Amino acid sequence: MALIRLILLVLLARPIARFMTGADVIGREHLPRRGPAIIAANHNSHVDTLLLLTIFPARLMPFLRPAAAADYFLKDPFIGWFSSKLVGIVPVERTKGGSGADVLAPMREALAQGAIVILFPEGTRGPGTDEMGELKGGIARLAEAFPQAPVIPIWIEGAGRVLPKGTMVPVPMNCTVLVGEAVPAFVDRPGFMAALRERLEALKAQAAPQRWR
Amino acid sequence: MIGPLTDWAAHLIAGIAPALRWGLAGVLGLLVLGAIAGVALPLLKPGKDYRELRQRVWSWWVMAALIAGALIGGWQATLALFAVISFLALREFLSLAPLRREDRLVVLLAYIVIIPSYGLLFANRYGIYLVFIPVWAFLIVPFLMACIGQTRGYLTTAATFHWGLMTCVFNLGFAAYLSRAPLAQAPQAGGAGLLFFLLLVTEFNDVAQYVWGKLTGRHKIIPKVSPNKTWEGFIGGWVTTGAVIWFLGPLFTPMRGIGLATLAFALPLAGFAGDVTMSAVKRDIGVKDTSHLIPGHGGVLDRADSLTFTAPLFFHLLLFFNMGRLPWP
Repeated sequence: MALIRLILLVLLARPIARFMTGADVIGREHLPRRGPAIIAANHNSHVDTLLLLTIFPARLMPFLRPAAAADYFLKDPFIGWFSSKLVGIVPVERTKGGSGADVLAPMREALAQGAIVILFPEGTRGPGTDEMGELKGGIARLAEAFPQAPVIPIWIEGAGRVLPKGTMVPVPMNCTVLVGEAVPAFVDRPGFMAALRERLEALKAQAAPQRWR
Repeated sequence: MIGPLTDWAAHLIAGIAPALRWGLAGVLGLLVLGAIAGVALPLLKPGKDYRELRQRVWSWWVMAALIAGALIGGWQATLALFAVISFLALREFLSLAPLRREDRLVVLLAYIVIIPSYGLLFANRYGIYLVFIPVWAFLIVPFLMACIGQTRGYLTTAATFHWGLMTCVFNLGFAAYLSRAPLAQAPQAGGAGLLFFLLLVTEFNDVAQYVWGKLTGRHKIIPKVSPNKTWEGFIGGWVTTGAVIWFLGPLFTPMRGIGLATLAFALPLAGFAGDVTMSAVKRDIGVKDTSHLIPGHGGVLDRADSLTFTAPLFFHLLLFFNMGRLPWP
């Protein structure tokens, strides 16, 4: 299954991503070269996941694990099979947050196994405007628990136009993936979250204006 | 194994018109020189960063290989390659141009227009091609936008779509259509030779203007749009390219005398105009390059900007002076 996933990512997902978005990557040298690592990206579209899965070299693809909402991706058996086996998601039980359940446990387990976990700290897809939503604090807890895993900020510009939330028909439009330097090591939670937000805003400021007017 | 392969290669090379064979060999020679420079310069003058030079040269190798493959592959392959180039250019343009959220499906429609537009060239229906985008896409796109119902910025957006389709699809289509010229119409090197010549002199003009500007440029020509362009680069490139067209034109095209002189005079101007016009668009949008698809060059539109002006010019001068009313029978 792992081999089938790799073949599909390289031979199917990567050409689709290039056709739909052009997949321009700026700052490729900042991408992590090994796991464990945490990718923190803004989120406007399913295309974000497609892009982040396909800009890595094939050697690293088996380590990529996008964190995804269990309540959305695992409710239907077919989408559930597709999400866990082919996309390789780490399920996040969004609805159980604050109930005392350890919603981060699957991500900690993945990081412990050396995965590169792809996180969307906004927690859901945004409306595709320029604004970044509020960032959830779970990523800071992961950074605290795994000091050896760098947190790489990534701003994806334009994906919200290719396939916005609530639409079915994708439209090819160029997107830019801006990869930043790792966020400074965790000291305290507010400081870490502020640094992450600042890094993402700085990357966004460099992006070509691939957005609606 | 080796025998059939060399036989096939020999057969392939024999199928290329002699002038085009020499032309392609000349380009290969330039590419080898570029590659040698990429290796030798860091050894001779260490300390500088030669990564962009090497990227540029490597990208030229890839672009030349794609074009040469299409030229040798025949006019069908050339039309297919240019349809892809049109798609990439239009995607770059529509991704940066100011469009509204409601226009998303019109963007999809604009891509779909590429298929019938190149299909008409494939079917050799030149008359319909001439009106398909300039008249019918021009009318239908604004109508559909009106049906969607968002009138804020309506006129600007309609103009943006039309500008993108005209430059990226309609104008580049003329370049591809050259390759469909039968040998009887262009006995020097066939349709492939016509297209090769257009691409050669267009790119030569870009490079010549750049080199003249670098070596002798002092007086800015259009600083508000292209701060690096100078009168010296413009005139130096104009004269050099004009001379190249005058001396190489008879090898690849049926153009002679007054027709060829008009081409030598006008094509460098058109290349400059295309470059400056696309620069104005980029400056308006606030970007330096239209994408990062071609390492060291920028986007497809950054490379093809001059061609969007020179392709229709070359095509129509050829038609006017040498072909009569309809291009290819």
